[in-house]
Amino acid sequence: MTGIDDSALSRLRAAVREPDLSGTRYRLAGVAGTGGMGTVYVVEDTDLKRRVALKVLDLPDPGIEARLRREAQVLARLEHPGIVPVHDVGTLPDGRAFYTMKWVQGDRLDRHLTEAVTLSERLRLFLRIADPIAFAHAKGVLHRDLKPENVMIGPFGEVLVLDWGLAKVLEDATDPGAARSTGDSAVLGTPGFMSPEQKSGSSAGVDARADVYSLGAVLQWMIGPGAVKPLEAICRKALAERREDRYPGVPALAADVTRFLDGAAVTAHSENVWQRACRLAKRHRVALAIVAAYLLVRAVILLFTGR
Amino acid sequence: MDEPLVRGFPSTRHSAVAAARSADAAERARGLATVASVYWRPVYSYLRLRWRRPHEEAADLSQEFFAEVVQKELLARFDPSRARLRTYLRNCIDGLVANHDKAARRQKRGGGAATLPLDASFDFAGEREKIERLIETADSPEQLFEKEWSRAVFAMAVDRLREECAKAGKAQQYAIFEQYDLAPGERPTYAALAERSGIAVTDVTNRLFRVRRELRRIVLEVLRELTGSEEELREEARALLGAQGG
Repeated sequence: MTGIDDSALSRLRAAVREPDLSGTRYRLAGVAGTGGMGTVYVVEDTDLKRRVALKVLDLPDPGIEARLRREAQVLARLEHPGIVPVHDVGTLPDGRAFYTMKWVQGDRLDRHLTEAVTLSERLRLFLRIADPIAFAHAKGVLHRDLKPENVMIGPFGEVLVLDWGLAKVLEDATDPGAARSTGDSAVLGTPGFMSPEQKSGSSAGVDARADVYSLGAVLQWMIGPGAVKPLEAICRKALAERREDRYPGVPALAADVTRFLDGAAVTAHSENVWQRACRLAKRHRVALAIVAAYLLVRAVILLFTGR
Repeated sequence: MDEPLVRGFPSTRHSAVAAARSADAAERARGLATVASVYWRPVYSYLRLRWRRPHEEAADLSQEFFAEVVQKELLARFDPSRARLRTYLRNCIDGLVANHDKAARRQKRGGGAATLPLDASFDFAGEREKIERLIETADSPEQLFEKEWSRAVFAMAVDRLREECAKAGKAQQYAIFEQYDLAPGERPTYAALAERSGIAVTDVTNRLFRVRRELRRIVLEVLRELTGSEEELREEARALLGAQGG
């Protein structure tokens, strides 16, 4: 048999994996990344003279193909700056399903946060991750696989939530025959970021609070250990075992994080008088400093003039 | 070579696993020969690394293993719904080694090898050095077994590709593929290949593309022969060609 060394073996694997773009408007430019369902390539759209990302299944597989198509359809109905727009969907000459989307260059959240980023910057970033998820929920779509690897930070600081391959459509009045989920009924998601109801494999019992749980896990991951009590309480509430104990939706979670950023009391944490006084002092530290300076000046005047 | 790609999975050749279970002796021989020609290197490598057997003993045990596959009808007992063929065969090797260590078994060694309907493709001596180098860098015996399996699948596919190209009068297309994709280490540039072959650079890319497309089809065909069910075929194809394939 033909001798194949390790470098040739890697090349052959890549070569046979390469999508057949003959007869299409796309020309292969590189590999952007790999995922559970397939590979994302960077391709040149020869009609529009621009680069786009092409996600293609590694193999022709009817089951996974349905998931890929569903993902494209879900993305197409979610027009939001925090969600990658889909351009095209179809089947390549080699029988594999694909869709094209905007090519986003940037850093994944897990890599982005290795740089020195302050807590308030992290929290503002978190709010921008929560925003497209809240939007998707308003459109009846659950993400179901939120984790740092699925968030991209663009070169201009734009935040994009990626990989909607496990998304679930809650209501679809316009398409009653459509599958309700891009995944099947097996356990879907990523351990560590997956809600208990997802871990149990109960697809029917999953609602927006499953994403609240995952966002809570992302928040906890973003702020790291040793967070202040109100932030800990927010994470604890989002990560409650029973979904009834969690925030009812992403807007409520985001509102609590915003309150914390503004120095206001968060709903997840009951503070005592001392904690409240400290928080108010911190929140109004400029006014307090002015009053203190005024009182000091008055005291000095009183001391030297007796008036 | 230029016909449209086969859509979906190929089904032109029958499963060698099914053939090895056939009532027809010639079919059984063909099936076993295919399985053996892909698996002998993984089996030998695994015996060297996992069971720390020296060259001579690993070579003998490999032969003995395939003799057992025939005598004990191991392929007939393979159930694709329970495991992949390569996992099953690896478990069979473990069983063989455990038994082999018993003196009674050792006496029978080689008894079945003479009846093996196999060709002379077991080049243990020739491959020894290469495999020993791979053993030094392997993460685990299982990883080495998988890698050698991938290499054997591609090697078989490349052999068939060469034959098909020769029959179709496309030897030059294959030659370009060979010089570019099979080159050990650093490969030549498209421009260098074009100059060497006396064709334009665009012809190099077009020919490479066509050959690779055929290779993909043949690789899936080989995998079909080495699997016992459609589901196993998809799993193996995903392992070999998918993102997780190492």
